[in-house]
Amino acid sequence: MAPEFVLETRGLTKEFRGFTAVDSVDLRVQQGHIHALIGPNGAGKTTVFNLLTKFLTPTRGEILYFGKPITAMKSNEIARLGLVRSFQISAVFGHMSVRDNVRVALQRQQGNSFHFWKSARCLDELNERADQLLAEVDLLGFADTLTIELPYGRKRALELATTLALDPKVLLLDEPTQGMGHEDVDMVVGLVRRAAVGRTVVMVEHNLSVVSRLCDRITVLARGAILAEGDYAAMSAHPQVREAYLGSEAAALEEAHA
Amino acid sequence: MSSLENIQAAAAVHPKVEQQRQRAALLRKRGFYLALLGVALVAPLAVYPVFLMKLLCFALFACAFNLLLGFAGLLSFGHAAFLASGGYVTGYLLSQYSGLSTELGILAGTTASGLLGLGFGLLAIRRQGIYFAMITLALAQLVFFMFVQAPFTGGENGLQGVPRGHLFGLFDLSSNLAMYYFVLAVFVFGFAVIQRTIHSPYGQVLKAIRDNEPRAISLGYNVDAHKLLAFVISATLTGLAGATKTVVFQLASLTDAHWHMSGEVILMTLLGGVGTVLGPLVGAGVVVTLQSYLSNGPLGDWVHVILGVIFVLCVLLFRAGIVGWLQKLISRNFK
Repeated sequence: MAPEFVLETRGLTKEFRGFTAVDSVDLRVQQGHIHALIGPNGAGKTTVFNLLTKFLTPTRGEILYFGKPITAMKSNEIARLGLVRSFQISAVFGHMSVRDNVRVALQRQQGNSFHFWKSARCLDELNERADQLLAEVDLLGFADTLTIELPYGRKRALELATTLALDPKVLLLDEPTQGMGHEDVDMVVGLVRRAAVGRTVVMVEHNLSVVSRLCDRITVLARGAILAEGDYAAMSAHPQVREAYLGSEAAALEEAHA
Repeated sequence: MSSLENIQAAAAVHPKVEQQRQRAALLRKRGFYLALLGVALVAPLAVYPVFLMKLLCFALFACAFNLLLGFAGLLSFGHAAFLASGGYVTGYLLSQYSGLSTELGILAGTTASGLLGLGFGLLAIRRQGIYFAMITLALAQLVFFMFVQAPFTGGENGLQGVPRGHLFGLFDLSSNLAMYYFVLAVFVFGFAVIQRTIHSPYGQVLKAIRDNEPRAISLGYNVDAHKLLAFVISATLTGLAGATKTVVFQLASLTDAHWHMSGEVILMTLLGGVGTVLGPLVGAGVVVTLQSYLSNGPLGDWVHVILGVIFVLCVLLFRAGIVGWLQKLISRNFK
């Protein structure tokens, strides 16, 4: 029998010198869902992502991926299982062409990443697939551009194309719309929706309209612990969530005006 | 934004144009390298061959170092250990076994440096930045004192009177001209290995790691193992340079193992242009030429001061190095 949850954490905890950033979080992500992780600043959302992909080592707790523990594995091994993350700051390879960014991801499956005696021309067979992926995020016209020259929104699109090149089973997106204007946000929403077909997505997101449009299930974090979980309607009606979220936002607003 | 859309439009309309442009660039590059090789072939007619050989050995050393610093982003402060190990092992074997043909001696020295590089790398590669540099320096100092103390190294005197021997047991290398063409072949081989490494599937991953290490990890690459390979290739080719140098000068000395040498190769690489293909060659050329000419002239005692001043000026004014600066100039004015 297939496990009920694609990704599950049990008592996941991270302490930094006495400060508990993530406090016994039990996260359960169902197959095929777009699952949002929301919460006020400093709630520990990104830390959870870092723990899931082992960029940080949990102090306590367990991580299960398709029912199997992955808590002891290394970051790159977890990625090889199909649990692939993106980063808050657009993570691209700036000094490579846009096409090469995607190719370097496709290349992993070729298994030649240590072959220093071969010509890089053997990577040309990946061009077709790379261009396909670029076309999906509307970047084909930029294929030969140096990545550093792309505008911010395009870089995020490229990052998504690179992630999709690995054909991940579970996609972890860390604030995919951060720092974007309206047009780009709509573009990213469309991209995530297309990318989520046949996959499970977990995303950290601040923009609640994006969350309401995309997500099947929402986990609200506050001070490192799970405050509530449910669909968007339930969460927006939840008194504690409103307090935690709106309270902090109201405070932030007041600070900005002060 | 509008300029980007122009690029997009241009690329969409003429997909072949980009290919043709790349092919033309490749042909130009090949032509340039052939011309360089032509110059190197006739150079001993005009310049003293021993000087040229010294230059080629240091150029290979700097190119190997540049592979690590420029393309893997790792600053080693212990490369003298590999230069010296290649030299000492080759020197010892050629002195002890007179029947040994020269290329086997060099091969043994090169292999020894590669293995030493593997050892250094395994210990140092997990550390970043300055810590990586300090560990490589500490290990290289250990190697230096080993060469001072060990019974087979000749202590302060080093190994002297190493026979040049016969290449493949056939060709006598005692004439400087024959030796020069052998050294040139060794350099071309080493340079070709580096070029191929940079433009290989492995080179692509290395570039990605240098650009954004966490992202490379999140794509599933074992970053430490890739860095280790770069370290071993660099150490091996450094050993090749050291072994060849020992055969040329018939001498393996402590100078090669001293940390000054590790600093000198950093100077050569930065001066010429780190991360550029020809930078280390130019850097080695400038440093070796200055050292040779100044040390024979009235300014002999001032060599280090003059090199230091050049280094400071280079860091302040030409951060991309001589070749990096020229490349920028060319791409700004001829595009």
